[in-house]
Amino acid sequence: MAQITSFTVDDLKETMRTCAGVNEAVNFDDDIADVTFEDLGYDSLAVLEMAAKLQNHLGVVIPDDAAEQLPTPRALAEYVNVRLAG
Amino acid sequence: MTRRAVITGIGVAAPNGLGAEAYWAATLEGRSGIGPITRFDPAGYPFRVAGEIGDFAAAQHVPSRLIPQTDNWTHLGLTSAALALEDAGADPAAFPEYEMAVVTASSSGGTEFGQREIERLWSKGPSWVGAYQSIAWFYAATTGQISIRHGMRGPCGVVCAEQAGALDAVGQARQLIRSGTALVVTGGTDASLCPYGLTAQHSNGRLSESDDPERAYLPFGVGAAGYVPGEGGAMLVTEDADDARARSAPVVYGEIAGYAATFDPRPGSGREPGLRRAMELALADAGMSAGEVDVVFADAAGVPELDLSEAAAINALFGSRGVPVTAPKTMTGRLYAGGAALDLACALLCMRDGVIPPTTGVTELAPGCDLDLVRGAAREARVRAAMVAARGYGGFNAAVIVTKTDQRRSRWHRSPRSPSTT
Repeated sequence: MAQITSFTVDDLKETMRTCAGVNEAVNFDDDIADVTFEDLGYDSLAVLEMAAKLQNHLGVVIPDDAAEQLPTPRALAEYVNVRLAG
Repeated sequence: MTRRAVITGIGVAAPNGLGAEAYWAATLEGRSGIGPITRFDPAGYPFRVAGEIGDFAAAQHVPSRLIPQTDNWTHLGLTSAALALEDAGADPAAFPEYEMAVVTASSSGGTEFGQREIERLWSKGPSWVGAYQSIAWFYAATTGQISIRHGMRGPCGVVCAEQAGALDAVGQARQLIRSGTALVVTGGTDASLCPYGLTAQHSNGRLSESDDPERAYLPFGVGAAGYVPGEGGAMLVTEDADDARARSAPVVYGEIAGYAATFDPRPGSGREPGLRRAMELALADAGMSAGEVDVVFADAAGVPELDLSEAAAINALFGSRGVPVTAPKTMTGRLYAGGAALDLACALLCMRDGVIPPTTGVTELAPGCDLDLVRGAAREARVRAAMVAARGYGGFNAAVIVTKTDQRRSRWHRSPRSPSTT
């Protein structure tokens, strides 16, 4: 069943850019949806920061434990999406 | 043979110049970086002027990943450290990672960052406080970020001793070089020119409340009424003299020949403050006599009784008007953890070029401050050794002596103005 997608990896990129910056070695125009945050240069603190920003701006609750289990931009975007839709 | 710590790289972020040469050119010309506070509206506060670094764009100097994670004080530290490494021609990748260390001074930590987060806490709630507050505020953040950025995993640390801190950091760096560390980035920066930071500083009762940038900070002068706060500082690259020669370091600015630190007796004890003893112990540590020091970069508190006590300490050692004294910090304000680091950078450039930068603003010496204070214009002089003195609020005193490296033993020494022929 098709799900209404209201939060995309591109939206997430914007959050990543503003709250955690971009690693010099990473090109944000590339398809980074399935590259792990670790490989993108974001440590656990950066992921917590992004999760907190999304939570505040979208009203989606992302517990710290859950954030730690979301390894890639696609996983994080989908987590947000499901909860936005719900 | 004992390993000798020399300085091979200088990186500066000062209110009157970004980069060592820009700062040095401004300083020799007496060009000040002190002006009205623009970072926020100071109307509701009792202070008006500060040494702000106006034209600094962090994005040009700091990796974008690090900008949102770190305070402005760390941005300035990262920038200075990179400039110092570049100046030293030292590529960190060419050194074993556990043989490089970072020892910096910090006085306030990430105050501006902290203020932003506190504002979010009170206006929006706890969930709006960023995760980076946990690492941005604390004193070791700059040391840590420099260490991570350049892969320097040797013995790192931070010293908190207000304005004396950078000299203590340099003293520690020298100890690390002696005990085998190959390269140490040392020095300090501070950037606490936000309402929270300045209000905290103001509680010491020593901030100038003048609104005239040219007359607000007059150390040793008639009319002295406190100091102007500033932001920035300097980072230095230190290594062993033989190691530096072995890798053909482009410049050796000087050797860290002497260092000492003392602590003041408790207030009201009536005993002499510790500054003179720090200077004396630094001389003894260097194995030098006072007569061998060619210039003193003074702490220059700008508070009459503190100026008097520093003048007395200098004169006790060097005799009345016995040594040129200068305070180029009259052009930047006191930079706290960055202050003595910048003075050291200035002293090294002063030795390199044989010219002592002026103390600006002071037209008439205060009674009792009987010093040969270099004023009006820079003074040419043969400078083989310079002493930097610093006092940190709370009782800290420190002195460092830097000397020109022995020409005979280091024929490889080159400087931009006196190219080596060897």
